[in-house]
Amino acid sequence: MALTGLDIYKLLPKTNCKKCGRPTCLAFAMQLAQKKANLSDCPDVSEEAKKVLGAAAAPPIKLVTVGTGARQVQVGEENVLFRHEEKFYHPTGVAVTIHDDLSEAVFNDRLKKINSLKIARVGTEIEIDLVALINKSNNAEKFAEAAKKVSGGSHLNIILSSASAENMKAALATCAEKRPLIHGAHTGNCESMAAVAKEKNCPMTVTASTLEELADLAERAKKAGVEEIILDVSGDNPKEVLQKLTKVRRAALKKNFRALGFPMIVFVCDEDPFQEVSLASTYLLKYAGIVAVNACESWAIMPLLTARTNIFTDPQKPIQVEPKLYAVGDAKEDSPVLFTTNFSLTYYTVEGEVEASRIPAFILSVDTGGTSVLTAYSGDKLNDKVVAKAMADAQVETKVKHKKLIIPGLVAVMSGKLQETLGWEILVGPREASGLPSYLKTVWRA
Amino acid sequence: MEIPNVADKWSGSVSEITLGATRDSGGSRQRTITIGGAKSVPFMNFEGNPGHKPVVAMDVYDIPPEDWPETLAKPFADVLNDPAQWAKKCVEQYGADLICLKLEGIHPDKGDKGADHAVKVVKSILAAVGVPLLIWGCEHDEKDNEVMPKVSQAAKGENCLMGVVTQDNYKTLTATCLADGHSLITLAPVDINIAKQVNILVSEMDFPLNRIVMFQSTGALGYGMEYTYSIQERERLAALTGDKMMSMPVICDVGHEAWRTKEAKSDDSEVPQWGPSEERGPIWETITAVSLLQSGVDIIRMNHPRAVATVKKCIDRLY
Repeated sequence: MALTGLDIYKLLPKTNCKKCGRPTCLAFAMQLAQKKANLSDCPDVSEEAKKVLGAAAAPPIKLVTVGTGARQVQVGEENVLFRHEEKFYHPTGVAVTIHDDLSEAVFNDRLKKINSLKIARVGTEIEIDLVALINKSNNAEKFAEAAKKVSGGSHLNIILSSASAENMKAALATCAEKRPLIHGAHTGNCESMAAVAKEKNCPMTVTASTLEELADLAERAKKAGVEEIILDVSGDNPKEVLQKLTKVRRAALKKNFRALGFPMIVFVCDEDPFQEVSLASTYLLKYAGIVAVNACESWAIMPLLTARTNIFTDPQKPIQVEPKLYAVGDAKEDSPVLFTTNFSLTYYTVEGEVEASRIPAFILSVDTGGTSVLTAYSGDKLNDKVVAKAMADAQVETKVKHKKLIIPGLVAVMSGKLQETLGWEILVGPREASGLPSYLKTVWRA
Repeated sequence: MEIPNVADKWSGSVSEITLGATRDSGGSRQRTITIGGAKSVPFMNFEGNPGHKPVVAMDVYDIPPEDWPETLAKPFADVLNDPAQWAKKCVEQYGADLICLKLEGIHPDKGDKGADHAVKVVKSILAAVGVPLLIWGCEHDEKDNEVMPKVSQAAKGENCLMGVVTQDNYKTLTATCLADGHSLITLAPVDINIAKQVNILVSEMDFPLNRIVMFQSTGALGYGMEYTYSIQERERLAALTGDKMMSMPVICDVGHEAWRTKEAKSDDSEVPQWGPSEERGPIWETITAVSLLQSGVDIIRMNHPRAVATVKKCIDRLY
């Protein structure tokens, strides 16, 4: 449980010496409680205080890293149950499975397909993070051979899944430098699997059918020397899986229950890819650190990755696009020019509609601090001067031969002043972006 | 090892609403639908009654929709011109729990049809199907205020769910629904404070709180879904902690919003890298729906039969 400011105050020297830069020890304690200060700022703090505060400061859900380098996946270290309370920090890792008993050609094809699951939408590229290699053959040699192929043939991080510690050891020998996640430890093989993971300093999962057993198993893995543990809560009953995810997250955050203070993984498997992705998305939204699916088509993976992008967006921060002039389609000197704000949701909605109209156009994204048209207008972040500056910065008059600017219908009221300031003809566009295709096809063309 | 009990204790609950009226209670519906009643966060029945299962309302339009992509229009190709047959197909073939009639054709820009047309369509649907009915105006204030009262009277006693009222335009429809025994949808686009304000305004007209459903407008997956998600999550928590003005069941408009997105509606030739529209469209609607379900939703408006089937099965498995 997090310590309150008063709890912390009791552990401080209470000298009000100001050496930490705060007026009193109490003020310092309050800032510590809000995580706005570091204990090391106090030169006189006792060893005992360091110990107590240090333990309390350890994150309730451990951060686990799979892989190495820029592409590594980090999960855990979450602080809240609901994103509006703060935000979710470490986006769920998305894994796609591959079996080691596939024929060579099928295996290579699937790996190639998994590698290509990169999807460009609304200006960013989203991608899966991991390949989960399953030791379906139960054969050590085959598993090791497949692991070698995945390691050499994919840029993605790796999950190795086998119930046999022997097989795991053989496979890990081919790709330990990639720091894969070791999946397959259960109550019958926990120590032997942990020895394999520990030897190569790899993160490891533990699997059990109840949370009680899972907590026991996590303790055993820890005793056996594995630091980075992920709890496997996969199961056949979706309701049970969903409830386990919530129970573990709550136990860690609200009860500071260390034995379950780890991120979670769920393997989702359903014959129907619609059902599989539905469950995977559900688990992703409600606390899974990693989800693994069999689905391997871009149409199935794209919504899953998009759900992740949405839910891990910082709710306090409006997302912005770069304020500049964007050309949609083959925009030329006689193409229409529209402006909107740099709030990404607003911008991409406008861009989507302009694209749908199939009329090439320029969209000027005006810097309003990432707020929508009406919000920006009411807050005076969108006025004739702001637009004029954006037009000048983007050198719009060098891009087109005409002097006509289409403005959002919601701010029709600023057209008079804008016309004066800019010396351009102002055309009032539709109030909603959805009206743009018909506006461009009729009003603009006319 | 013993695990700590993590069940939260909630003092409040989502209010319970029954939609539709059978012959015994003055209507002609073959069955009614009850929603709401949750005393736990969604699907967590270990801490309390999770309430009634979320239901799916399938959209039917009074005029053939103009902008539906081929993938979406195909399953309804034989009925798009006939709202009654369309509703029948949704209920009998696609398992719709409710029908949501969207009165698109009364909008001044989309046909400007009059009350006679709307009343005729409503009556034909009431005659064709036995499920409760949602009736959704065109969201043009003057036109809705002219047409919706007549529609309301024509369906008097059927306990339909009528929408929508906003903080700027609520008096006419609230008064009519009160008189004709219907329930009401209050709309506040992505704003939790206004959501509460509309509920207060409506209740000040003596409209019973247990006949209101809230609508915060819906962001599709990839297009603001998280805004809707967090507002609904906050509303659900407010209801559970006892805020009576926030305890109404929630409705989402998933179908319409999901099928407006580029991901759902683009032709295969435009976006070959995204896969075939036959899969891409329905799954975009599906994942928008299942995502929002986790935030606390009681009625989901949907369109594509495959999305409806997947979401209903998913609800059954999680509930």
